[in-house]
Amino acid sequence: MSKPLAVSIGPHIKDPVSTKKIMWAVVASLAPAAAAGVFIFGLNSLYVIIAAVAAAIAAETAVLSIRKKDVGAIRDGSAVLTGLLLAYNLPPQVPLWMPISGSIFAIVIGKQVFGGLGHNVFNPALTGRAFLMISWPVYMTTWQAPRWAPDAVTRATPLAVCKAGGGECAMLKGVTYLDLLLGNRPGCIGEVCVIALLLGAAFLFIKRYITWHIPFTYIATVALFSWVFNGPALFKGSAVFFVMAGGLILGAFFMATDYVTSPLSARGKVVFGIGCGVLTFLIRRFSGYPEGVSYAILIMNAMTPMIDRYTLPKWFGFVKR
Amino acid sequence: MSRSFYGGVHPPASTTIASDRPIRRVFIPKKVIIPLSQHTGSPAEPVVGVGASVKAGELIAKPSGYISAAVHASISGKVSKIAYSHTHNQARVLCVTIESSGSEDQEVKARAVENPLLLPTEEILNMIRDAGIVGMGGAAFPTHVKLSPPKTRPVDTVILNGAECEPYLTCDQRLMVEKSKAVARGLEIIMKTLGAKRAFIAVEDNKLAAIYAMERALEKTEDIKPKTVTHRPKPGEYRREAGSITMAVLKTKYPQGAERQIIKAILGRVVPAEGLPIDVGCVVQNVATAYAIYEAVYLSRPLVERVVTITGPCVREPFNQWVRVGTLLSDITAASGTFVKEPKKVIVGGPMMGAAQYSMDVPISKGVGGAVFMSGEEIDRARESVCIRCGKCIEACPMELVPTTLMYRVKKEMLPEAKEFGINNCYECGACAYTCPAKIPLLDYMKYGKAKIASLERKI
Repeated sequence: MSKPLAVSIGPHIKDPVSTKKIMWAVVASLAPAAAAGVFIFGLNSLYVIIAAVAAAIAAETAVLSIRKKDVGAIRDGSAVLTGLLLAYNLPPQVPLWMPISGSIFAIVIGKQVFGGLGHNVFNPALTGRAFLMISWPVYMTTWQAPRWAPDAVTRATPLAVCKAGGGECAMLKGVTYLDLLLGNRPGCIGEVCVIALLLGAAFLFIKRYITWHIPFTYIATVALFSWVFNGPALFKGSAVFFVMAGGLILGAFFMATDYVTSPLSARGKVVFGIGCGVLTFLIRRFSGYPEGVSYAILIMNAMTPMIDRYTLPKWFGFVKR
Repeated sequence: MSRSFYGGVHPPASTTIASDRPIRRVFIPKKVIIPLSQHTGSPAEPVVGVGASVKAGELIAKPSGYISAAVHASISGKVSKIAYSHTHNQARVLCVTIESSGSEDQEVKARAVENPLLLPTEEILNMIRDAGIVGMGGAAFPTHVKLSPPKTRPVDTVILNGAECEPYLTCDQRLMVEKSKAVARGLEIIMKTLGAKRAFIAVEDNKLAAIYAMERALEKTEDIKPKTVTHRPKPGEYRREAGSITMAVLKTKYPQGAERQIIKAILGRVVPAEGLPIDVGCVVQNVATAYAIYEAVYLSRPLVERVVTITGPCVREPFNQWVRVGTLLSDITAASGTFVKEPKKVIVGGPMMGAAQYSMDVPISKGVGGAVFMSGEEIDRARESVCIRCGKCIEACPMELVPTTLMYRVKKEMLPEAKEFGINNCYECGACAYTCPAKIPLLDYMKYGKAKIASLERKI
């Protein structure tokens, strides 16, 4: 044998799936929702998406080089994903400096300050959104009407209408389930078209990049509480409306399932999903905000280490002594 | 019953080519280097000196304690050297080198035994011990010890392990196809020595030929009444409840062939983490071991040869071959045209748990089922990136450990904490490292952590 042989510890074969592949797959799964958002709200939403993604890439590159890390890590797609998700959480007509400052905050404060990919406590995109919400609440709560509403320029979101009506369902005010499904309602760029989001989520399920634990328990919890408590009387709420009307579908499938900020084990994920659901319901029902998905997820992000502590599995054949 | 277990991964099988072709006739090398410690336990003591003429099948080293195994000459010739040498697991052990002049009779003489099932258990165990049989699935634990549990620990079930879950390897599969009757006879002997009333032959559902062959073999055994087989078996399906031996078709999943996992899959019993299969009334034996037991008890032949798979992306036509113990790997592959390209990594064992070699001049020992020859891309250890907490390692770990948490503990040298999180229950199957999208060499961390903990505990 002339050349030396390579020697290492096994396993000597590896699954071809990599972090990079997963991140870009999630980006791809979000594409239908972007197309729908741009179609519904016009070109400005496309500019918002581009600005957010570009700012996220620039911020990540800058911080990586300041920290003397491998700048090539930008190719893993995680910064792109953060920018994309932030844009999806913004109203379509915001001025472009909003997605830019939001993305920079998300990457620098939300992610890199904690140590970068894998170390952040909070979902970076939602951190950015919270920052924008607190800093410029008026921009964040002015909503453009969808393309099918000929008479209006701005409108309230269905959940806001519902809240103003004292829990009365917005169904009465001319929004149908079909409208909610297709995205014919005011709202954030990426959250309105439920069908497009479900399409992307189905792709992630098929590829096994996400499991049912968080999305299912999250949505089921919101549906249950909304049905029981969010109607004109007990057990008279519309579960379907509250599941589709806000940012729940986007949040449950694409934000709450973020690997880094959600619990490790299946059991932990169930606890996390239920927690998100309960908090979302509480915020929607009792706080001053009509929508609570982003804050619910952020709060549960903070709980994740504790959930992990109590839900990690005991090993196979564990015997109590 | 689930026919499966928690965790596990699905590496691409790559087993088909070698599994379709018959096992090649026994390979007789000019020289063998026979390690005297091919088993778990104390090394055997040589009973021949340098210069002695030995016949194939003759005893060359006797067991040096209860947990030890006899070693026999695998070829006829002259003992040319008794010295320390490297084996495939990088240990330096005493080895006996035998060289043949080429003119000796290389056949291992057989002496048929009439109705060995009627012999007393004690006598059968002695035959197994004297034949130097060890577990041939890899762990190489002396079989006569495993077959004589204390009287206080009754065994009700024997599982014959034909799962062969390592990708690429097909030696057990081919053995079941070609020597199904002998394997079944071996299983009957195992059941008799243990006093077990029932047994399962466990085969993964991607090895149909082996399943059918073993079934046909069972049909010929007298106390078994077969049912007609008309359809493809599915995992979780008992093919036949016949007599005392049952075929169990298992889901194809790595590591299905691990003792604890195969017991869980078939019986639903959970072996205590710090215990042994015997704690749940169970003994698991590999099919190759059962075949060796048949040879020892029915034909009085010691364990001097076994089936070895030569495979991998570098091998032109992967094959199985009967190989005499102590044959150098390089001798088996010496024929020109074995390789399509020069191997860059040579693994003795399977690609998941096998050991990478520094040299191809390592002897095949009793527990080695194959060698995988790899090139270029498969040997590339992609650069380790940061854990993104995806949880795939937790889903993959058959022992339900949390590899990522353990990895962080080991990295920071927090060894007592790693122990508390159960690192010592890791049996190094490598499923976590296989599945990790961040390409973290989790198994390296597990091995390092376990070794470090062991060395710290020795000092105390």
